[in-house]
Amino acid sequence: MKKFSSLLHNLILTPSRNTKIKLLQDYFKILDINRAYALAILSDQLSFQFIKASKLRELVYEQVDQHLFDYSYDYVGDLAETISLIWPTNKEGKSQNLSTLIENIKKIKKSEINTEFSKVLSELSNNERWTLIKICTGGLRIGVSERLVKTALADLYNKSVNEIEEIWHGLEFPYENLFQWLKNEISKPKIDFKKLFHPMMLANPIDEEKDFKRLDANEFQAEYKWDGIRVQLMVSSNSVSLYSRTGDNISSAFPEIIETTKGDAVIDGELLVGGNFKPSGFNDLQQRLNRKKASKDLQKKFPVFIRAYDILFYKGKDLRKLSLVERRKYLEKFQKENTTNQIDLSTIINFSTWEELTKYKNNFYDDLNEGVMIKLKNSEYLPGRKKGYWYKWKKNPKLVDAILMYAQRGHGKRSSYYSDFTFGVWKENELVPIGKAYSGYTDKELLVLDKFIRNNTTNKFGPVREVKKEIILEVAFDDVFPSTRHKSGVAMRFPRIHRIRWDKPINEVLSIKEFKKEFKID
Amino acid sequence: MDFINHQLFIKDINVHIDPILPKKTAIITHGHADHARFGHDHVIATRQTIDIMKIRYGDKCAKKFTPLRYGQKYSIKNFNFTLYPAGHILGSAQVLIEKNNHRLVITGDYKVGKDETCKNFKLVKCDTLITEATFGLPIFQHPDPKDEIQKLIRSVKINKNNCHIVGAYALGKAQRVMNLLRQQKYNETIYIHGSLEKLCQYYSKEKINIGKFEKVSSKDKSFYEGKIIIAPPSALKDRWSRRFPNPIICMASGWMTVKQRAKQRGIELPLVISDHSDWNELLDTIKKSKAKNILITHGQEDALVYYCKKQNLVSKPLSIQGRSDEEIE
Repeated sequence: MKKFSSLLHNLILTPSRNTKIKLLQDYFKILDINRAYALAILSDQLSFQFIKASKLRELVYEQVDQHLFDYSYDYVGDLAETISLIWPTNKEGKSQNLSTLIENIKKIKKSEINTEFSKVLSELSNNERWTLIKICTGGLRIGVSERLVKTALADLYNKSVNEIEEIWHGLEFPYENLFQWLKNEISKPKIDFKKLFHPMMLANPIDEEKDFKRLDANEFQAEYKWDGIRVQLMVSSNSVSLYSRTGDNISSAFPEIIETTKGDAVIDGELLVGGNFKPSGFNDLQQRLNRKKASKDLQKKFPVFIRAYDILFYKGKDLRKLSLVERRKYLEKFQKENTTNQIDLSTIINFSTWEELTKYKNNFYDDLNEGVMIKLKNSEYLPGRKKGYWYKWKKNPKLVDAILMYAQRGHGKRSSYYSDFTFGVWKENELVPIGKAYSGYTDKELLVLDKFIRNNTTNKFGPVREVKKEIILEVAFDDVFPSTRHKSGVAMRFPRIHRIRWDKPINEVLSIKEFKKEFKID
Repeated sequence: MDFINHQLFIKDINVHIDPILPKKTAIITHGHADHARFGHDHVIATRQTIDIMKIRYGDKCAKKFTPLRYGQKYSIKNFNFTLYPAGHILGSAQVLIEKNNHRLVITGDYKVGKDETCKNFKLVKCDTLITEATFGLPIFQHPDPKDEIQKLIRSVKINKNNCHIVGAYALGKAQRVMNLLRQQKYNETIYIHGSLEKLCQYYSKEKINIGKFEKVSSKDKSFYEGKIIIAPPSALKDRWSRRFPNPIICMASGWMTVKQRAKQRGIELPLVISDHSDWNELLDTIKKSKAKNILITHGQEDALVYYCKKQNLVSKPLSIQGRSDEEIE
């Protein structure tokens, strides 16, 4: 338990991804049963039935004065940490194995939970207590995703992340087959394909100059690129589940899809928000993301559907070795069987020359697609970002000149640089912020901006510096939506700094009215 | 206790304790900037506190200085003042004020735990106690500083290609960290930020064992691999820190008890080393002082006021202007 809790302690405090991976690897190198428990905890697959936040509060009130606890909780703002710090015993307790500890807790009867679990908490050190409470309340929030855990394991044992991802959801505690396979003691665990997440086929950005000269337009077909979230839908007679691109199970957030889909297939598609198969933009989709559940109200207000791109399995048959064109036939068959409002097909754009395709790419400016996908007609379904099969061709970004207003330090390596920039446009004689960007600039530009900010700060609000209004940034962004959350009434999608416009005086920057007009926002 | 107001001002004789603005007569508990200021007519303090003020603000930072030894009585009209060790930093003092038969103690900042860099805290019995409450919440239970400093030493051993930058206040904490390292047999040269130099030299002169130290200079980056560097917290995120190889950012402070705080500040290796009393020490001091009247200042007053009232002690917070949470050294 000591080792595992110091692992979590270190993970939460290090900002560096590489350090996190190294910490995880150092832990998983130890060959004992504890790492199975650790893996279950890190992938959020372990919980205790009786011990939830309300129970923990009850227990702590038995130990310390309620008012003193409340003052402390107010100050700390984190339940697990407050309880672990305020708990009256504060010695290094006898050290227990993570596995023994968890098994002992599982054995506690509901009627004895108050005395028995309090006893457990009293026997732990501060940091161990914090860890245990985190495990109980679920959602560690230590900045480690499932993907990062997979990456750490893959690198440690020279496997590819895709391979691990593929079997991940079919694995069961204590993951013996996983660890044995990682060490090459057995072959890859065979798991029912319906339970498997299949790593997705991804596209490379097209290089307009090189690739169009090289590639034969007739061998390719195109589809629109939609700005939703890429999902994998697994349908079988007894279960339907939905996975995100990184293999996280997101079924519970989209009950309408789970409840209405029928058949026997694995589908690759884009999850979008909108009624009657009309996508309404990423802003609306965000209302449905990062939720564990969706209320009826929310489902009605922001209905979702899947725009199907591809099919991997159909009625038990593995289609991945077939060509895209062949797979499409199966996909159409599947879709016919699902005449609900939840799944439609991605339209295929036929073209004979690359010039012709350009028209499609940019013509759909008002529509909510981000550009086009160019796919080799006879491509197999290959996991990862293999070269030569699928390409993405994004629309030219939208550009606007805006005035640098505020800056903030970045994180990790950038923590000594002012690298997060808020910029705005005019609203009468004032400036109103329209977005925030922390990428896109060159290292040289960052140095220049950092220096400017340090020498031209006019005001400080906590970590935020207001600066003299004289730098104009050309900001590139994918899209812009109306927003009630922001003072300006607009929210940008993926804004980044395109360049610094030394040549332009600040009075030539647009007003918010002109900005909205130009980008067609009511 | 009516003779002193909530600003620690004694009107009858025009004396202030730790005033923020320039005053006629100021009794200064210790050299930290939120207590010791520039520009008073007459400063009364320990010799070391006066030395430190002169180092920080110049020899003419007050018109007149009266150094007092610990335990030495100083009278103004019918008021008697005595300074006692507060155990906070070098030269830090509590102030006992006696008038008629009433004994009032202002603790200033204090800690009860052992510290080789200053005289240890002395408990003074009194009728009224004005105590600090920087860590006045039961979540603050400071660990043994030796264990904390061991964490740093271990990390230095393991991460040979990194340098460790330890954020520590320039006065007191920096030298305490250095001294703790020496106690744990860390004998390498310790590198310091320029702003620490004069104070470190002063501590050495006062025979505090902080060992060999050297100001950071523009050497080759790799020179600092495996070294410990001590800097004021404000420098951790400044351009200054860019010159070091793969720095691991550490911070020595009682605030580091709370992981979320450490994380917010980007601290990778928090060291819970405090020069203030923790919750239990505050309660213990209140109890042992036998005071019936407790006034609480500097920090998290609410919980401590609540606790005192439950013990049937008269208690209220003093809201001293110009000081806020976490800016306290």
